[in-house]
Amino acid sequence: MSFFQVMEQKGWYFFTTLMGGWPETLAVAVCSFIFAMVIGLVIALMRLSRWRALRWFAISYIEFFRGTPALVQLFVIYFGFPDIGFQPSPFQAAIVGLGLNGAAYMAEIYRAGIESIHRGQMEAALSLGMTPGRAMQHIILPQAMRTMLPPITNFAIILLKDTSIVFAVGVVEIMALARNLVTETLQSAAVYLIAGALYLCVTIPMSRLAARLERQRQAWQ
Amino acid sequence: MDPLLRIVDLHKKFGELEVLAGVSIDVKRGEKVSIIGPSGSGKTTLLRCINYLEKPSAGHIYIDGTLIGEKKVGDKFVHLSDRELAKERQEIGFVFQRFNLFPHLTALGNVTIAPIKVLGLSREEAEQRGRQMLEKVGLAHKIDEYPERLSGGQQQRVAIARVLAMQPKLMLFDEATSALDPELIGEVLRVMRQLADEGRTMVIVTHEIQFSGEVSDRVVFMDQGKIVEQGPPKSVLFNPQQPRTREFLKHLQER
Repeated sequence: MSFFQVMEQKGWYFFTTLMGGWPETLAVAVCSFIFAMVIGLVIALMRLSRWRALRWFAISYIEFFRGTPALVQLFVIYFGFPDIGFQPSPFQAAIVGLGLNGAAYMAEIYRAGIESIHRGQMEAALSLGMTPGRAMQHIILPQAMRTMLPPITNFAIILLKDTSIVFAVGVVEIMALARNLVTETLQSAAVYLIAGALYLCVTIPMSRLAARLERQRQAWQ
Repeated sequence: MDPLLRIVDLHKKFGELEVLAGVSIDVKRGEKVSIIGPSGSGKTTLLRCINYLEKPSAGHIYIDGTLIGEKKVGDKFVHLSDRELAKERQEIGFVFQRFNLFPHLTALGNVTIAPIKVLGLSREEAEQRGRQMLEKVGLAHKIDEYPERLSGGQQQRVAIARVLAMQPKLMLFDEATSALDPELIGEVLRVMRQLADEGRTMVIVTHEIQFSGEVSDRVVFMDQGKIVEQGPPKSVLFNPQQPRTREFLKHLQER
C-alpha cells in the first residue's frame, strides 16, 4: 500500500484516534505552564534579591534545569523519586518535570521583563511608602507584563510541543497514542505526520498571536 | 521646639568617591529651604538620603525626632526592615526630576494607588482625595488621561498631586523643573509656590535661582559634598560671603 492509499483508507481513523490524546496533552501543557509561571516568578525574584544566597540558589537552579535534558529530569522524578519513598503518578511526574524545567526559562523571561522597567519606577513606589514587595506587585510587574507577553507566548508554544516527551513516563497523550497506532498498523509516516499536524493546528495560531503581541508592543514604545 | 528635619554629619561614599563629606542641617516646621550648587556638589544625593533612597555611609537623619532608616538597639544603630522603612517614607514626599509617573495608570490612578495600597483608604475616599489634589494642581480635566498623553509640566504636576495625596510632613523636590521645556517650567513653579504659601515644609534642590530667592526662607549653597554658605536668600544670593558662592552665582548670570 502506498503512503497515499494509507492516508485515504486509514487517515480518518488515525486522526480521530490521535484527537483522543488532546485532553491529556492540553491538561499537561496547561498545568505545567501554570506551575512554571508560579515557580519561575519565585526563582526570578530570588535571582534579583539582594541576598547573595538566594541569588546563588536561583542561578544554580536556572543553570541546572536549562543545562540538563528535560527527559532526564522527567526520568529522575518518575523513576528516581520512588527510591526516596514517593511514587508520583505519570501525570504528576509530567507536570512537575515540565513545570520545574519551564520555571528556569520563565525565570529568565521575568528577569528580563523586570529589568526592562526603569529604576525610577521602583524609587517612586518606595518613596510613596510601598514595601519592595508591594511595589513589585502593583507597579513593576503590571508594566513588565507588557514586555513579557510575547516571550511568554513563545514559551507556551515550546512547552506545548515538549509535552510530547511525557509519553516516556506513561502519560497517554497524543504521542503515546501515536506510538500505539504505529505498533498496531506499522504506518509510521502517516501516523506521525498526522500527529505533527495536530500540534501545528494549535501552535500556528499561538505564534500568530505572539507576533501580533510583538507588533503591539512596538507600537506602545 | 525640635526641628522637623535634622541632618547630623551626613557622609555618603560611592566607592572611593566622597559625595557627601559631613553635612548637617536643621529645617524647622514650615520652613522652605533651597539647596543650590554646581552639579556633582552632592545636593541631589543629600535629598535622596533624607528618604533613604540612598543609604548614608555615616551620620543620622531625624524627622520629628524620629531616626530615619535606622533604629537604636542598645547603643548601636541598625537598619530598619523594609516594612519599617516604608512606614517612615509615607511621611516624606519626594518629587523626582524625571516625574516617574506610573505609565500603566491614569492620572487619578497614579494619585490614588498609594493611599489605597499603603494607607488602606477605600477606593471612594482615595478618589475623592485624589480629585481634590489634581484640582489643586490645575489638572481636574485630566484625571482619566495616561501619563504619556500629558505634557512634561502636566506630568510633574500629577507627580506633585501624587505626593500631596499621602499628606506628607515634609516635601522634597529634586530639580523638579530641570527636565522640562522652558515654557513648561512656570506652571510647575506656580504649584510649588502655592504649596510654599500654605506653610508646608519643603526642601528644594533647584537650578532656578530666582525662584529659590522668592520662595525660600533659607538658601543653602553646597559644593564638593559640603555646605559652603547658608542664610536668607538676600544675603546668600545677593551678598555672598564666600568666594566659591560668588563664583558660582557669577557663572549662572553669565549663562
